[in-house]
Amino acid sequence: MADAAAYDPLGAAGTWRRNRAKLVVYALLSLFALYYLLPLGVVVLNSFRDLPDISRNGLIGLPHSFSLEYWSAAWNKFCVGGTCLGIEPFFFNSVAMVVPATIISTAIGSINGYVLSKWRFTGSETLFGLMTLGVFMPGQMVLLPWARVLGWLGLTNSTSGLVLIHCVQGLSFTTLFFRNYYVNIPDDLIKAARIDGAGFWRIFRKIVLPLSPPIMIVTVIWQFTNIWNEFLFAVIFSSGTHQPITAALIALSAGGTSVHQYNIESAAVLIAALPPLLVYFFGGRYFLRGLTQGAIK
Amino acid sequence: MASLTIRNLNKSFGSTAVLKGIDLEVKTGEFVVLVGPSGCGKSTLLAMIAGLESVSSGEIRIGERVVNGVPPKDRDIAMVFQSYALYPTMTVRANITFGMESRGVPKQAQAEALARVAGLLQIESLLGRKPSQLSGGQRQRVAMGRALVRDPALFLFDEPLSNLDAKLRVEMRTEIKKLYQRLNKTTIYVTHDQVEAMTLASRIAVMHQGRLQQFAEPRTVYDRPANMFVAGFMGSPPMNFLPAQIAVSGPAAVVIAESEGQAMRLPLPDKVVASAGEGRRVILGIRPENLTRYDRRRTEEKPYLGTIQAPVEVVEPTGAETITIVRIGSREVIALFEPDAAPAVGETVTLAVDMAKVCLFDPETEMLI
Repeated sequence: MADAAAYDPLGAAGTWRRNRAKLVVYALLSLFALYYLLPLGVVVLNSFRDLPDISRNGLIGLPHSFSLEYWSAAWNKFCVGGTCLGIEPFFFNSVAMVVPATIISTAIGSINGYVLSKWRFTGSETLFGLMTLGVFMPGQMVLLPWARVLGWLGLTNSTSGLVLIHCVQGLSFTTLFFRNYYVNIPDDLIKAARIDGAGFWRIFRKIVLPLSPPIMIVTVIWQFTNIWNEFLFAVIFSSGTHQPITAALIALSAGGTSVHQYNIESAAVLIAALPPLLVYFFGGRYFLRGLTQGAIK
Repeated sequence: MASLTIRNLNKSFGSTAVLKGIDLEVKTGEFVVLVGPSGCGKSTLLAMIAGLESVSSGEIRIGERVVNGVPPKDRDIAMVFQSYALYPTMTVRANITFGMESRGVPKQAQAEALARVAGLLQIESLLGRKPSQLSGGQRQRVAMGRALVRDPALFLFDEPLSNLDAKLRVEMRTEIKKLYQRLNKTTIYVTHDQVEAMTLASRIAVMHQGRLQQFAEPRTVYDRPANMFVAGFMGSPPMNFLPAQIAVSGPAAVVIAESEGQAMRLPLPDKVVASAGEGRRVILGIRPENLTRYDRRRTEEKPYLGTIQAPVEVVEPTGAETITIVRIGSREVIALFEPDAAPAVGETVTLAVDMAKVCLFDPETEMLI
């Protein structure tokens, strides 16, 4: 988007060939878009159809009836794991987990990045290298240690326990993001501020933080969507009414006793997916910009 | 009174020694330029004075106080950086007042200081702008404003002009000089540009490979360079070096430059022979401006004028003067001609050497004799 008048490879021939080429490209792109969006479309449509319609015409089909009641049922009437409160309590469990976990892991990552880029000490590069190892660490490797730690701290099966896990697990990423962004802030700025009499925190607040919005947005989006969508820790370390929404969703399909209520399940799945979708919808362009932006002049 | 005293200062990064036994004493009100090629340690020295680098051994005093362990903010210094280091998210006004705010200066005093500096540097109209909205020269002014607003014991400049284009650099150089003449503040100025050093300094400290080579007035550094490094570094085009030997020929002392086949006998002032001794091997250092076309009328003004015959290899007119490269023996030697008297390539010219102005160096130690 930098230069709209840049060379257009599709426009470099005669009119007929140009149009044909465009047609092929757009057709292909539309096909792929359709392919990726189809599952979402099916689920959205099913959330408005009644059960007889679904069982008669199959899961893939246009609605013969239309009702919003399945959404409201999914929200606060549907029975999940013995309680019939819908997914509302689990939704708010997730909110109570994701908001503090995102804020804390982003804040600490920012301070870590600041120290590791601007206040280096002997061994700080090694420390940073070790921290980034966490980026590649599969979640299942840390299940047992976390079980012990949560036990010691008395945080088993609690939202606070999950917040702690996500803060710690997320630090590798947030530190990596902030450190690599702050490395591009010229050291002279920090030196000038030191001569000007500013200390560690004042430099952070007055000079580094005001330069941080792009990477801040990237990190918040990254952490929010990852923590919201996270499944493994949610399933292992929570049960019953303490489950976040991702863990609660399996209860939908694991009901076993009755017929599947595809419409309500679809609505529930969509509600669960809504927050990350909205975050991408409103923050997506900042996300891309933040990722591609070199940094600071 | 000394504003800055440095005694036997050393700095090592790991096993690499970057500064070796630096001694320097800067008087109050002096403008001292640290000059040297890149990697000579001049910027490290400045950073140590500022407190941004630790001292490995030795002592730095600002005024009467030893500041080795004192943090930068308590050293009573202000610094202008090569990159300007303006805070990008702040306005020019906030950039200039940031330091006073950090130190808790009352608002009223801040406003007065800001007004004084903005007037001095003529940046009143820029105060509301962000650094990204300024040109290179304007950024430079703001960076100086941020330093000037403090009224410190020492001003430190780290290559402040090297990010500017050639024309602006000369303008800003003059401006810094004017500013210094008005304020007379003790200043330490780092540059790799020997012209900046010559034009600005009250005294020049020439550095090379972590050592202080010479610390003297510009005139002295130029006319009587302490060693061959200083002689070659200061001055453009650089000084010519010719191996030679001192001899006495008849009543006059001469130096015999070695040249293929021909021995050139150049007259020497007597006192040189007295101090150097007859028969001694030397390196003859001749500045290009002291090597020019022989003109009989000039001989009366200059008592020690030698002549050399040499073929011209390259002629480079610069407008004001013509740089001419001639061959003496196996060496290329640079001479300066007035444009009207410029020779042609291939011509053999008779050059006059003003021997009163040459320098003699010891070939072993490379020190000035």
